[in-house]
Amino acid sequence: MTTEFFLANRPLWAVLISLVAAIVILANDRRHNIREAATLLAAVGKFAIILSMMPAVLAGQIIETTPLTLAPGIALHLRADACGLVFALLSSFLWIATSVYNIGYMRALKYGHETGYYACFAVALSSAIGIALSANLLTLFIFYEILTLATYPLVFHARTKEAIDGGHKYLVYTLAAGQLLLVAIIWTMIVAPGAGFTAGGFLAGKAPVAVLQVLFVLFVLGFGVKAAVMPLHDWLPTAMVAPTPVSALLHAVAVVKAGAFGFVRVAGFVFGPALIKDIGMGPLLAWLASITIIVASLRALSEDGLKRRLAYSTVGQLSYVVLGTAIASPLAFLGAIFHIVAHAFMKITLFFCAGAIYATTHKENVSEMKGIGRQMPLTMAAFTIGSIAIVGTPFWVGFVSKWNLGFGALQAGQPVFIAILVLSALLTTGYFFPIVYTAYFGSSEKELSYHEAKPSLLYPLLITAAVSFILGISPNFGLNFYDLAIQAVNSVFAASSGLSGGGL
Amino acid sequence: MLTTATGYVNYWLISILMLVGFYGIIATENLLKKLMALNVISVAIIIFYLNLGQKAGSNVPVLFGEELGTVAAYANPLPHTLMLTAIVVGVATTGVGLALLYRIYNRYGTLEETDVLKEMRSDS
Amino acid sequence: MTANYPALIVIIPLAVAVITPVLGRISIVLAQLSAAAALLVAFISSLGALQHALAEGSWHYYFGGWAPPWGIEYVIDPLSGGLATLVSFIGLLVLIYAVPHLATKPARENTYFYTLYLLCVAGLLGMVVTGDVFNLYVFLEISSLAAYALIAFGGSRATVAGYRYLLIGTAAACLYLLGIGYLYALTGSLNMADLAELLPAVDAPTALVIATVLIVIGLGIKMALFPLHGWLPDAYSSAPAPVTGFIAAVMAKVSAYAIYRICFFVLKDTGTAIIALNMVGWMAAAGIIFGSIMAIAQNDLWRMLAYSSVAQMCYIALGVALGNTYGIYGALLHILNHAVTKGCLFLIAGSIAWKTGIRDITQFAKMCRKMPWTMAVFVVAALSMIGLPPTAGFFSKMYLVMGSVEAGAWGYVAVLVASSLLTAIYFFRVIEYAYLHQPAQGEAVKLEQENSVMARRWELPASMLMPIILLGIGVLTLGVLSEKIIADVIQFALPWGMP
Repeated sequence: MTTEFFLANRPLWAVLISLVAAIVILANDRRHNIREAATLLAAVGKFAIILSMMPAVLAGQIIETTPLTLAPGIALHLRADACGLVFALLSSFLWIATSVYNIGYMRALKYGHETGYYACFAVALSSAIGIALSANLLTLFIFYEILTLATYPLVFHARTKEAIDGGHKYLVYTLAAGQLLLVAIIWTMIVAPGAGFTAGGFLAGKAPVAVLQVLFVLFVLGFGVKAAVMPLHDWLPTAMVAPTPVSALLHAVAVVKAGAFGFVRVAGFVFGPALIKDIGMGPLLAWLASITIIVASLRALSEDGLKRRLAYSTVGQLSYVVLGTAIASPLAFLGAIFHIVAHAFMKITLFFCAGAIYATTHKENVSEMKGIGRQMPLTMAAFTIGSIAIVGTPFWVGFVSKWNLGFGALQAGQPVFIAILVLSALLTTGYFFPIVYTAYFGSSEKELSYHEAKPSLLYPLLITAAVSFILGISPNFGLNFYDLAIQAVNSVFAASSGLSGGGL
Repeated sequence: MLTTATGYVNYWLISILMLVGFYGIIATENLLKKLMALNVISVAIIIFYLNLGQKAGSNVPVLFGEELGTVAAYANPLPHTLMLTAIVVGVATTGVGLALLYRIYNRYGTLEETDVLKEMRSDS
Repeated sequence: MTANYPALIVIIPLAVAVITPVLGRISIVLAQLSAAAALLVAFISSLGALQHALAEGSWHYYFGGWAPPWGIEYVIDPLSGGLATLVSFIGLLVLIYAVPHLATKPARENTYFYTLYLLCVAGLLGMVVTGDVFNLYVFLEISSLAAYALIAFGGSRATVAGYRYLLIGTAAACLYLLGIGYLYALTGSLNMADLAELLPAVDAPTALVIATVLIVIGLGIKMALFPLHGWLPDAYSSAPAPVTGFIAAVMAKVSAYAIYRICFFVLKDTGTAIIALNMVGWMAAAGIIFGSIMAIAQNDLWRMLAYSSVAQMCYIALGVALGNTYGIYGALLHILNHAVTKGCLFLIAGSIAWKTGIRDITQFAKMCRKMPWTMAVFVVAALSMIGLPPTAGFFSKMYLVMGSVEAGAWGYVAVLVASSLLTAIYFFRVIEYAYLHQPAQGEAVKLEQENSVMARRWELPASMLMPIILLGIGVLTLGVLSEKIIADVIQFALPWGMP
C-alpha cells in the first residue's frame, strides 16, 4: 500500500523534495554543512525520483497524480509524460552538477546571505519540475509564478545597486508577463472548461478565430518574456549580475527554458499544430523568433562582458525552440524539444567556465582573458567544446537539433528559415571563436600565474562538457532524451509524423 | 401634478429638513455645529418614519373600553417603536460625538475645523 | 445550549461587554480573560451554527419564539455562519494581540478598551446573523459607535479622525435608515425573507430605485467604496494597532456583506439591484486604480496599507457587481482572504511601530534583521495582496478575472491586471527597504549592538507574534484550500439557491 502510494505520487514527490530541502536549509542558518548537504541530497533525490519514472514513460505509460483541487473542475494535476519528462530530467540532472559547482563558487566568492540563496535555489528547482510535470495550464501558471518569485532574490543576491536594479527589471518584466499569461489561461479555462494539456491541442473549434488569435498573442507575450523573445528579452542580460551558478542553471536552463517549454506546451498541447496553422499565427511567431535569433547574435558580437555575451547567445538560442514550435511540423517540433536539452548542456558548460574563470581570476571581460587558456587548460578545453557544439558543427549536440529544425522547415515548406539557421551559425562562430582564440593565443603583457579552477568548480563543467560531446554522437545517451522527444512529437502529431525512436 | 405638490407636503418638508442637515454638515466650520446638523438629519428621518404610521382619523393603538375597532381606526404603532430605538441610537451617537469633541477641545483649544487641522499639521 | 447558538453568538459578547467595567475594577486580568472567553464562546457558537447550517440547511432562529415578520429572526446560512466564524476568530486573535499593546496604559483605559472592543465585535456579529433590516441598522450603529471611540484611543490625532468618521458614518447610517424606511413604506415589513417575497409585487419603480440607491450609498460609505472612502485613510492610520487590525480586517467587510445580502437576497427579483450594481462596478473599478496609485504615493506604511484597503475593498465590490457565479465566488473568497491578509499586515505594521517606533517605509533598512519572523510573514501577506500563487489572494483574484472574462467585461480584466502590478510596486518597495537597503553609517553600529542584545530574545512577545504567525499560516492555508472552501461553504452562499 505505502509503496504503491509512493510510486503513484512520484511526480508530487519530485516537486516537493526540494521544497522540503528549502525548509531544512532555512532552519540551518548557521550550520553550513547541513545546509549544503541538504541541497545535494535533494538534488540527487529529485533526479532519482524523476529517473525512476523514465522507463514507465518510455513504455508509453503515464504517471499522474492530482493531490489537490484548485478550482471547480481543475486540479493541481501533475503528470509525467514524455514531453515534460525531457525538461524534468534535464533540470534535475543539471541541478546536481550545479549544486556541487554552487558550493565551490559561493565559498570562493563569499557573497554572504547564503542560506536564503540555497533555499531560493531549491524552491526554483521545485517550481521548474512543477512546470515540467504540470498537466494543465493553471498548475503550470502557479509554478511559473513561484519560479519568478524564487529567482528574484537570486538576481539581487549581490545587493549592489546594479543587482537591485537588475532585480527590479526582472520583476517588472516577469510579473507583467505573468498577469497577461493569467488572463490568457483564465480565458482558455472559460472557453474550454476543465481542459488539461492534450497532445494535439484542445482549443480547435472552441472559439471564433479572432478570439483564438488574441489568446495566442497573449500566450506569446506571457511566455515570451521568460523565453526572452525580442523585444521582451531585455531583463536577461541585466540579470547576469546574479552569481554565475544562477546564470548557469536558471538563466540558461530552468527559468528561460520554462518559457520555451511553455511555448512547446501551448503550441503542441493547447492549440495544436493544425490549429496554429489554421489561425495563421505560426508565421508571425516564426518571424519574431527569426528576428530574435539574428539580432541577438549581432548584439552578442559587440558585448565584451563574457556573461553578457553568453546571455545574448541564450536569447538567440532560445528562439530556436520558439521557431521550432512556430513552424509546427513534426521534425521542427522534434528539433525544438531536443534543442531545450542540447542548449542546456552547452550553455551551462559555457557559464560554468565563465564562472570558474571569474572565481579564479576575477576577470569578467573577454578582452582581459588573453592567454588564459594556457593557465586553465581544462576549463578552456570545456569552453571550446561548448563553443563548437553551440555553433552547430556536425556531430556535435547543437547540430542534432538544428538539423531537425532545418528539415522541419523544409517539411513545412518554409525553406527560408534554413537560411536563418545558417546565418545564425555564422554569427555564432563570430562571437564565440574570438573568445577561444584570445584565450589560447592572445598574449598578455603581464606574466600570468593562475592555476586551474578548484575541483568543485572544475568537475561539474568537465562533466557537462563531456555530456554535450557524447550527446552529439549518441543523442540517446544515458537519459534517452531523443526517444522521449520523439515520443512527445508522435503524441502531438498523432503518429502521423513518421518518426521512430532508437537514436543514431 | 397637484397631488404631488400638495398631497405629499409633509414629505417635502421632511426632505427640506434633511437637506438642511446635510448642508449643515458640509457647510459649517464648527465641529459642534456639524454634530447638531447630524441630529437634524436623524430627526428628519424619525419624522419620516412617524409619518408612515399616521392615518387620517385614526386613534392611538390602545384598547379603550370593550370594543375593538377596525385596523383603520388605529395608527400603526410599529414605526413609533422603531423610532424609539432610532432616538436611542441618536442619543448615543451624540454622546460619543460630544465626548470626542471634549477631547479635541482640550487638546487643541478650538472646535473650528480649519484651526484644528492647522494645529494637527504643526504637531507633526 | 446548542439549540441557542445563533443567539449566543451575539448575546455573550454583548453581555460580557456590559459587565466588563465591573470586572475591570476587580482585576484587569479578569477583564481580559472574560473578554477572551466571550469571543471564544462566540467563535464556537458560530462554528457550531455554521456546521448545523451546512448539514441541515439554513437555520432560522426566532427571538423569543416570535415568528417573522412580527419577531426578530436570526438566520444562519452558510454565508452568515461563515462570516460570523471569521469575525469572531479574527476578533479573538486581535484581542490576544492587544494585551501587550495596552500593558503600558492605565487599568481604567484597559477596561474601557475591552468593553468597547467587545461591543464592536458583538455589533458586527449581530449585523452578520440578523435576518431583519432594521435590526441590522441597530447593530451597525452599535459596532460603529464602539469603533469611533476605539479609534480615538490612538491619541489626539486619532480623536479628530474618529470624530470625522463619526460624522460620515452616522450620515451613512441615516441614509441606510431612510432607505429601509422606503422599503417599509412599500411593503410594511422589515424581515429580509419577507421583503424578498413582497417586493416583486410592488409597483413603484421610482421608490424602489431610491431605496436601493440610498441603501447602497449608506452601506457603501461604511465599506469605504470609492469615492466614499474619505474617512478610511485617516481613521486606519491613526487608530491604535489592534483597533486598526480588527476594523481593517472585518469591519468594512461586514458592510460589504450587507450590500451583497440586500442586493442579492432582498432585492433579487426587483430588477433595481442590477442598476445599483452596475454603478457599484464602475465605482469599484475606478477605486481599485485610485487606491493603488495613492498607496504607491505613501511613505507611511499605515497609510499605504489603508489605501491598499480602499483598492482591495473595491475588489469585493467588483465581484459582487459582476453578479455571476465566478464573480461572487471571487468576492466572497476575497472577503475571507483580505480579512486574514490585511489583518495580518496591520498587526505587523503595529508590531513594527510598537517595537521600533518606525512607521516610515524609508527607515525600514535592516528590518529583516530586527524582526525576521514578522518580516517573513509580511512577505507572504504581501504576495497575497498582489495576488501571486500559492497564496490566498491569488485565488480570489483568479475568480474575479474568471467572472470578468465570462461576463465579457474586458475593462474589469484590464483593471484587475493593472492593479496587481501597481500593488506589486508598493509592496515590493517595502520588501526592498526591509531586506536590501543599508542603514546609514551611525545607524549600522547601533544596530549591531541592538542585535547582539536581542539575539537571545524573541523579537516580540508571544501574544503578539502568535496571532501574526497564525494569520500568516492562514494566508497560505486558505490559498491551498480555496477550492475546498468554495465547495464546502461558498457555493451554498450563492443567491440562486442551494444545489
